[in-house]
Amino acid sequence: MSEVQIVNAPPGVEGSGFFATSLDKAIGLARSHSLWPLPFATSCCGIEFMATMGSNYDLSRFGAERLSFSPRQADLLMVMGTISKKMAPVLRQVYLQMAEPRWVMAVGACASSGGIFDTYSVLQGIDEIIPVDVYVPGCPPRPEAIIDGFMNIQKLVQTESLRRRNTPEYQALLAKYGIQ
Amino acid sequence: MAALNNDILLENLTGKFGQAIQPQADEYGVLTVHTDRDTIIDLLRYIKTDAALQFIYLTDITAIQYPEKESPIGVIYHVHSLVHNVRIRIKVFLPAGDERIPTATVLWNGANWMERETYDFFGVNFEGHPNLVRILNVDDMTVFPMRKEYPLEDPNRVDKKDFYFGR
Repeated sequence: MSEVQIVNAPPGVEGSGFFATSLDKAIGLARSHSLWPLPFATSCCGIEFMATMGSNYDLSRFGAERLSFSPRQADLLMVMGTISKKMAPVLRQVYLQMAEPRWVMAVGACASSGGIFDTYSVLQGIDEIIPVDVYVPGCPPRPEAIIDGFMNIQKLVQTESLRRRNTPEYQALLAKYGIQ
Repeated sequence: MAALNNDILLENLTGKFGQAIQPQADEYGVLTVHTDRDTIIDLLRYIKTDAALQFIYLTDITAIQYPEKESPIGVIYHVHSLVHNVRIRIKVFLPAGDERIPTATVLWNGANWMERETYDFFGVNFEGHPNLVRILNVDDMTVFPMRKEYPLEDPNRVDKKDFYFGR
């Protein structure tokens, strides 16, 4: 038996010489194991994320090999660190420049809620300006927590319908943030 | 040239400006004088250009607020004589509701950003400043956050206690 671990096939109909499943599941499987994150790291959570990318925790195991600092072809926006109100338009522009499908992960207390910085200059959570899929608690979260959040994103990606982004609910969500 | 110290400096300034400056207690060995907004630029120009003083380095411009005082907001200038290694602290207290003071950018270009910051946080209006806009906070902010006009956070709130954040 080989040591190599392979992702299980999605549920489907198997027979001799063929395997049938739905396109949603096949696409979801492919997408979820080749998520391309865009790290938007502003503070200490960003340092913790560097450890997550290092060889010990190795985010690349999840197919997140291409960590790009450009919105081009990125799937997952990982916001790590305090977002000040002055940074908010920048973050929003980065999100707008990403192509669908896109997911957002708020890592740590600051990105999720403003954290300890309950002040006039800090955005009290990035969900005030862009929709968020997964929140990772902690201040800062350990790399395990970031990986857990990443795996939660993977679950979302696997189970998402291909047409979710055309649904009225999703359109309404984006409209709530003024994004069209 | 005799070594410059606080006594000689104060004597020099008093001889030049007389009653327009009021010396205060020297804190931390730094001469502190209070003056008014009509004198401040002349005073700064004098200590910068005078051959015996040469306070050529503007360390900082900032402000302070004592809410209980009649003139609550004061602008503070720290100037350093690199030649003599002597510092001076000049304070100008401004009447409430009329926080105007002439700009020091006519003497030091470095005063530009310092005054913008002081305007940003204390709302002091530096007249004659080439570009008096906020520098650190967002442009659409309507308040001056360092003024002591805002209630402190409720000390009894529990929603941001450490244990919620795993600390």
